[in-house]
Amino acid sequence: MRQISTEKISQAVRDLAIRANVELGEDVILAFEAAMEREESPTGREILKRLIENAKIAREQRIPMCQDTGFAVVFVELGQDVHITGGSLRDAITEGVRRGYEEGYLRKSICHCITRKNTGDNTPPVIHFDIVPGDRLRIIFAPKGGGSENMSRVTMLTPAVGIEGIRDFVVQRVKESGSNPCPPTIVGVGIGGTMEQAAILAKKALLRPLGSENPDEELRKLEKDWLERINRLGIGPQGLGGRITSLAVHINMMPCHIASLPVAVNIQCHAARHKEIEL
Amino acid sequence: MSEFIHLTTPLTDEDVKRLRIGDRVLISGVLYSARDAAHRRLVELLKEGKPLPFDVRGHVIYYMGPSPAPPGRPIGAAGPTTSYRMDPYTPELIAHGLKGMIGKGARSDAVKEAMKKYGAVYFAAIGGAGALMSLSIISAEVIAYPELGPEAVRRLEVKEMPVVVATDAYGGDLYEEGVKRYALPSI
Repeated sequence: MRQISTEKISQAVRDLAIRANVELGEDVILAFEAAMEREESPTGREILKRLIENAKIAREQRIPMCQDTGFAVVFVELGQDVHITGGSLRDAITEGVRRGYEEGYLRKSICHCITRKNTGDNTPPVIHFDIVPGDRLRIIFAPKGGGSENMSRVTMLTPAVGIEGIRDFVVQRVKESGSNPCPPTIVGVGIGGTMEQAAILAKKALLRPLGSENPDEELRKLEKDWLERINRLGIGPQGLGGRITSLAVHINMMPCHIASLPVAVNIQCHAARHKEIEL
Repeated sequence: MSEFIHLTTPLTDEDVKRLRIGDRVLISGVLYSARDAAHRRLVELLKEGKPLPFDVRGHVIYYMGPSPAPPGRPIGAAGPTTSYRMDPYTPELIAHGLKGMIGKGARSDAVKEAMKKYGAVYFAAIGGAGALMSLSIISAEVIAYPELGPEAVRRLEVKEMPVVVATDAYGGDLYEEGVKRYALPSI
């Protein structure tokens, strides 16, 4: 059985937290550049230009691209032939978050829900564990900002509303979010499962690289159609008007109960951050 | 694109009156940072008739909670946070002389009404451009509520911070106008 130490995991999570916050993915920068070609609003084009500049400054000067360095969301795929040594896997990841946010000069944004007292070290993280075949440990670190998370919603639709009902819910959500989630956004959609599963599907949809195709042909068509509808809303970069409200719609779908139609929309701001490692 | 208007804080009534939505502005001088938690405390002080930790008259509040300053820098990433969360507190501050706000996202009707009544302006900075925005901040000092951490009130000295007038003292709203201009009929 392959062994991985908790210390190695903590250090890996620390590094991922810092890298995720200072290095914007190349796929997002390419999407900004493509958006600049299509954006008709001069203000919108200038904003996109500044976002590219911002990403460059963050990467070169090692400062976070956004001061909201997010809730630490971690997806873990643990191979069933891996043995973790030296303590608990959850504690190791939490320690990595603590170190990353302290040593990387990242903002600590987590607080008590009622008293609003800050926990001081950006813990606890939200960790989604999955057990998979093999002897590897895959960790995906996806810090999530408050502004765009606040605009996200889960709903339980009546099955009779069909695909049009789902589409209208998604487009309406983006419309009502307006300028708040820092457009241009990425719209993650989760359809099916149960209430909490729909939300996880939506969040996982945000991890798919921009510009990549949905492997499901039906969903691929829907993504294209819904994106077009969203970009007719006129919200534009930062909500100041323009063609490019969203860079992409990503849909994940799984079967649901015969009585239900769960739908989740997880909106991602343009600082679409995630980094991963396989140990 | 229009040329930049240079403004130095504190703002005068004349400064506010000449600004219209869409104007691109470079702000220099002193700003105070405050988010939800600090606003709540400021408005409580006003209700109790107690003095504020800084004089809001003529001043500009920046809705921002920075990331920690790395060694050798005055501040970490320092972009705006979403403004609607401050809407419940803002009219009270405007009534007490606040002249400007910097944030991101549209404001409530109550805030716009107060801006018209007392003369104030709301600027939009680029949300999520925290690294870029930090370059226009020369110094930062916590002046109140240090226990709030990133949400503490800071006195910021800024030089030519780029913003755009999003809501003016005449009821103009760039968020509404901009979207109206680019919206297409739904299909």
